[in-house]
Amino acid sequence: MASSSVAADMELDHPNLEDYLPPDSLPQEAPRNLHLRDLLDISPVLTEAAGAIVDDSFTRCFKSNSPEPWNWNIYLFPLWCFGVVIRYGILFPLRSLTLAIGWLAFFAAFFPVHFLLKGQDKLRSKIERKLVEMMCSVFVASWTGVIKYHGPRPSTRPHQVFVANHTSMIDFIILEQMTAFAVIMQKHPGWVGFIQKTILESVGCIWFNRNDLRDREVTARKLREHVQHPDSNPLLIFPEGTCVNNQYTVMFKKGAFELGCAVCPIAIKYNKIFVDAFWNSKKQSFTMHLVRLMTSWAVVCDVWYLEPQYLREGETAIAFAERVRDMIAARAGLKKVPWDGYLKHNRPSPKHTEEKQRIFADSVLRRLEEK
Amino acid sequence: MGSTSSMLTQYDIEEVQDHCDHAFSQQEIVSLYHRFCQLDRNGGGFVSADEFMSVPEFAVNPLSQRLLRMLDGLNFKEFVAFLSAFSPRTSLQQKIEFIFRVYDTDCNGKVAFEDILSILRDLSGSFMTEEQRQKVLTHVLEEAGYTKDSHFTLPDFMKVRSSSFSRSIYSSHKSNQLS
Repeated sequence: MASSSVAADMELDHPNLEDYLPPDSLPQEAPRNLHLRDLLDISPVLTEAAGAIVDDSFTRCFKSNSPEPWNWNIYLFPLWCFGVVIRYGILFPLRSLTLAIGWLAFFAAFFPVHFLLKGQDKLRSKIERKLVEMMCSVFVASWTGVIKYHGPRPSTRPHQVFVANHTSMIDFIILEQMTAFAVIMQKHPGWVGFIQKTILESVGCIWFNRNDLRDREVTARKLREHVQHPDSNPLLIFPEGTCVNNQYTVMFKKGAFELGCAVCPIAIKYNKIFVDAFWNSKKQSFTMHLVRLMTSWAVVCDVWYLEPQYLREGETAIAFAERVRDMIAARAGLKKVPWDGYLKHNRPSPKHTEEKQRIFADSVLRRLEEK
Repeated sequence: MGSTSSMLTQYDIEEVQDHCDHAFSQQEIVSLYHRFCQLDRNGGGFVSADEFMSVPEFAVNPLSQRLLRMLDGLNFKEFVAFLSAFSPRTSLQQKIEFIFRVYDTDCNGKVAFEDILSILRDLSGSFMTEEQRQKVLTHVLEEAGYTKDSHFTLPDFMKVRSSSFSRSIYSSHKSNQLS
């Protein structure tokens, strides 16, 4: 499957909503009378099912492509071994050291400022923001991040929200290095959770629980409040809701697009030659993911800040989300799929199946009337 | 071929090819193997119902439960044999036989009124009443010269089905997905 031709790939990755059209919409004959053979002919439905078993556009979004091994002959292998020694023996310890020193410096500065300047909120926020930006730069240095930023830097003013495609939690760190964003995140366990609770609170973070449905309204309200407050940091949202492998984008959740303010898209694309930055949270913990990044040569990526978009006349939030997704996908060279990212954890809602059933039932009943 | 190791030998491929009556080329079998390993996340050597249902495109299919009953616990060889009905290289007869197997839930070699009704139920869900379904089915059966109590065996099925094959079932573009 990895060697399928580009042309076949293009055809398959076309938003395959056509697959979900009813069998009736194939080469159309005028609705004719219903015969036994028509009723018995379940082959289109079976073909769709078999097609899904053989290949489907959703699983493709989360496949980490293993890099082609290049160390396969007698000249290249020693070179590769040498590279491994340097990466694991020299670079990794140096980077870990940088990271450790950075963390120490950060904590040494952060906690005193946090507690001593309790009264002077504005000054404290400013310093904490700078500290967070600095810490993110240290992180980026610890994987030798080579990041090119294109486009105008985000400005800190209210009534705007930033959206970006999501490949790994390092997306946040890369963006945070340039501007101290506030972010909306799923609460994580372990040391990541600890950092979320203590440090990210200072730049302003909104927590939510993916699995709690009631949480949605509460979260929507918090988002709105944040965006309207003049002192809060610009808000960064990853509308895909999950990490995708930087070759595809899944559907954007409309929450970020119905806040009644400007939406500034950001496109992020990683260069796979150096390292595949996709974090498959089911396969690896974040720590292992970081270790992998720190033992590669570099993390190279491009970040594009795109033009702020506004909701147009008569456009729904979902259409708006799709339009912004088009922009980001076009800029970063990603393919779009019509699936919701949460399907990684949940089953599709029965209403999709019901829609197909409805179409089938309608066509049968309609042709029966044709007598 | 019990465990899904990532190495597939030439002997394995030929064995699978024989088992499915050469419905797939060797390259297609290799691709199917990659796909099988991808679906079989816990590496148990077979794809469980849960793993199939995690493919959203499959889960939204109205006949998914029915197919799951046929697919559950299949090892790779049986998986390829299952899919062989969808290859352009299999004969019309074998394809109709596959459809017959889908209909014949109790595997007694006969498809009765109740069996067809149950598929109709899967396909139309809550959008047709039980009464409407019975009415439609009785009507088309009578029109074709059968009654409510008729049983279809495989030859009967072929006779009914092969009278109309204007649409290509299992269109060959799906087989392009494999290569």
